[in-house]
Amino acid sequence: MDALQLRKQLIEYTAELFSEGFLDEQFTQLQQLQDETNPNFVVEVVSLFFQDSERLLNELAKSLSQQEIDFKKIDAYVHQLKGSSSSVGAHRVQRSCISFRDFCNAKNIEGCLECLQKVKQEYSLIKDKLETFFDLEQRLSATGGSPPLP
Amino acid sequence: MGWGERYDDAGEEVREVHVLAVDDNFVDRKVIERLLRSSACKATVVESGRRALQLLGMDEEMKGCCDLHGSQPKVDMVITDYCMPGMTGYELLKRIKESSALREIPVVVTSSEGIVARINRCMDQGAEEFLLKPVKLSDVKRLKDNMKRREAQPRKESRASAARKRNLEDEDSFAGPSSSSSTTSSPVSHGDRPLI
Repeated sequence: MDALQLRKQLIEYTAELFSEGFLDEQFTQLQQLQDETNPNFVVEVVSLFFQDSERLLNELAKSLSQQEIDFKKIDAYVHQLKGSSSSVGAHRVQRSCISFRDFCNAKNIEGCLECLQKVKQEYSLIKDKLETFFDLEQRLSATGGSPPLP
Repeated sequence: MGWGERYDDAGEEVREVHVLAVDDNFVDRKVIERLLRSSACKATVVESGRRALQLLGMDEEMKGCCDLHGSQPKVDMVITDYCMPGMTGYELLKRIKESSALREIPVVVTSSEGIVARINRCMDQGAEEFLLKPVKLSDVKRLKDNMKRREAQPRKESRASAARKRNLEDEDSFAGPSSSSSTTSSPVSHGDRPLI
């Protein structure tokens, strides 16, 4: 695929991510913070987000499988995940955290377990999509094509 | 030394606005650091209120400022997250405002939740502003502009006084009355006039 086609594909893919609500304008903000002095800023932040999320999802699964469930602790983890997903523009992950916190407040175990599945699902989706996005970007840059403006 | 002073071509130190950012979330720390540096601020980013107080030269136990041989960098602004384990952003704000050495430092509180009671609490405690997360470039720009405007305040008044003085001198040299009515606004409102 040549640079022009790749560029077109990247633009269309990005538009889709926004229109389907996977990403919001915070992601654009991150792109605007990237420049020659920090050329990998977005990838770096998103990588941190992936690491942080995986840690939190593990902790959540562990906490929800305890005999005595510590809802405060669970709420704290969800709050963290909501925060970092918001900071990278991972809109659907952020939204799924909101209902999770409601179930925590209500001390509803079933609700929490369902929410955990939902959050995991949304996280898995956005991880996939962002990896595809970065792959497209990298291939475009390898052809020497100019990246689309955010 | 160690705080990244910058020097211009003449070897003179160029002082950037130094912001101390506090957030327990490490994704947020990376983003705020980049936001600040993109806005030509010097950024020191820490993960807790306790660490922030240490950097500001305040020891938690001593409840006072111990100047470690003047090695504390001058901090022009603190931006802190509200919800943090251990010391919350509100508690950090309170400690700073209760310290005679630190109370002049503007403190901005950030939060993912715009709860009215929370906002009021922070503003009552002397917060400069309460920002909803995620913090944007435009927020940082506005904070920086506000700071600069505030620093320029004393100079602004003397320039306006000088202008007023010139107007009065001009009036003396005019033959006719009332032609200069638009230039003789009352002294009380001069602070509202735009900078000349």
